[in-house]
Amino acid sequence: MAGAVAAGRRRRGASSSTPSPAPSRPGARGRRLSFDRVSLMVVFLGLPFAFYVVMVLYPFTQATYYSVTAWTGFSPEQPFVGLDNYVRLAGDAQFLNSLGNSLTLLVVVPAVTLVLSFALACVLTFGGSTAGAVRGLRGTAFYRVVSFFPYVVPAIVIGIIWSQVYNPSNGLLNGLLVGVGLDGFTDFAWLGQASTAMAATIAVIVWAFVGFYMVLFVAAIQNIDPELFEAARLDGAGRVRTALSIALPGIAGSVRTAYVYMGILALDAFVYMQALNPTGGPESSTLVVTQQVFTTAFAQGQFGIACAMGVVLAVVTLVFVGLVFGVARLLGVRGGARA
Amino acid sequence: MSTHLQTGAPPAVEGGPSGPRRRQPTGGPKGSGADRAVGAASQGVLVLWTVLVIAPLLWTLMSSFKTTQEIFASPFSLPTSLHLENYVNAWTLAGIGRYFANSVVVVTCALVLTMVLGSMSAYVLARFPFPGRGAVRTLIVAGLTFPVFLAVVPLFFILQQAGLLNTLPGLVAAYTAYAYPFTVFFLVSFFEDLPHEVAEAASIDGAGEWRTFFQVMLPMARPGMAAVAILNFVGLWNQFLLPVVLNSDQDSYVLTQGMASFASQAGYAVDFGALFAGAVTTIVPVLVVYLVFQRRLQGSVSAGSVK
Repeated sequence: MAGAVAAGRRRRGASSSTPSPAPSRPGARGRRLSFDRVSLMVVFLGLPFAFYVVMVLYPFTQATYYSVTAWTGFSPEQPFVGLDNYVRLAGDAQFLNSLGNSLTLLVVVPAVTLVLSFALACVLTFGGSTAGAVRGLRGTAFYRVVSFFPYVVPAIVIGIIWSQVYNPSNGLLNGLLVGVGLDGFTDFAWLGQASTAMAATIAVIVWAFVGFYMVLFVAAIQNIDPELFEAARLDGAGRVRTALSIALPGIAGSVRTAYVYMGILALDAFVYMQALNPTGGPESSTLVVTQQVFTTAFAQGQFGIACAMGVVLAVVTLVFVGLVFGVARLLGVRGGARA
Repeated sequence: MSTHLQTGAPPAVEGGPSGPRRRQPTGGPKGSGADRAVGAASQGVLVLWTVLVIAPLLWTLMSSFKTTQEIFASPFSLPTSLHLENYVNAWTLAGIGRYFANSVVVVTCALVLTMVLGSMSAYVLARFPFPGRGAVRTLIVAGLTFPVFLAVVPLFFILQQAGLLNTLPGLVAAYTAYAYPFTVFFLVSFFEDLPHEVAEAASIDGAGEWRTFFQVMLPMARPGMAAVAILNFVGLWNQFLLPVVLNSDQDSYVLTQGMASFASQAGYAVDFGALFAGAVTTIVPVLVVYLVFQRRLQGSVSAGSVK
């Protein structure tokens, strides 16, 4: 953060050649409980936080309770059924299929997205000529701005656009493939076949996020001490070696954070699925847990079961986050991106 | 994120925005022929990526000016003339105009509320030690981590009981609540990094806590506030799940919802030209906001990675 502040100050022409000293803790002022302080704390934190608890945290706990009832939403009673809903889910082939699809997304999407983002970020920051300064390429700013476009396009519109790109008869993709002489792709239904639907969907999600994380990694790489890159260069390290030995450890905190966010997003994926294959795709090959929660709750009115699915999703999310942090700790990643 | 250390390199070499700065060496250690090839390959990769990003968007723009017959004829044919009637049809017949207005109202209100509440809470969490502060912070991170899908069913009934289901105020409340943890999380570190001396000085000059916040701290936090506001605007404008669950009245649809229902209208009667026009209409506002503020946002994305 301080880096960004300093950068801001640099832009405004003030000097920031010396990092400001660590702020000193205020003395007595931090301890006194006056009406002034207490009223501010109540209004600033108490009220908004109470609102957040009611609207966000309370529903999480409510859902957990509903998941052990057979509530249908149409009747006032919520009969307690213990773990019945979970037992039913464990034997429900359709749910297990959607859970498998969600896990596939969780494994594939963050890995592919972040590898591509990191590679592009490295090319941008030190993929340039090795004569002279360690530097990126011409037009870096342009590439960064353009790569960010998909991030600001609403996900539902990304889905709509790509469903048209994949359109068998008049889509951009088949038009291109047939145009270069691959006549086998005439009227090829990318989203209509179980063999390609999932891969085509993953490609869309990856397309939507690579640019965002590339920009994030570029910023993180630029915060690594340039001396390290020079030392690596002098020791004869090539670009790949530099990327893996200098850049990657240097931004490990950012990568970890990105991995968590990307995983949470891949487990959701609801918007993309609804836009590309609202019914779950050919042979339910792209049906994901979030779509199941949605239809079970709001189309079938089985709120108890839907909440149980939500709880399963939350457990998977927490296990995933725990795994990422655990692996990061084993690899010796320092906290956050303050590296 | 550490401050960017000036490593004693003479400021004569301006690395610019493209990479780490370094002293000019006395000579390149490698042959420059192969080197140029690598540089060219790097450029090639980036150009390819850029084309991949832009092609679908440009194709959407181009198709939005074609009649549906032209779209079916060939994906590449240029529009015979600028068929602006697609935009008119999308805006009026498909109701995109009304949805657009709804989106503007909901997103504006939610954005203002989120920024006010989020900045106030972040300020207290950053600078007022009190028992239970760690727990509050943890609960805010929890709100970022748990899947929203776990909460949608109870949320639906909470709004129903409050009489806010299918209303724009209800949607504003939900948008605000779900943007709050991100906003607080992001701004806490920002307020922590602001110098304490200024607040001290304000206190010595006799400013109360309230006045210190509004007249001293908030103006100092402007860069962080702007960055979070932009990210929140993009996030709120693109919100899909909350309106679909909480707002099923067609008249109060927001833009993303309207586009989804337009695209999925039963059968094959979808006016593809108008669909593309609607997509362009949805993208343009966020793209304009992004292009106007992109410098600030690029900086903030890196700041956002700070835990």
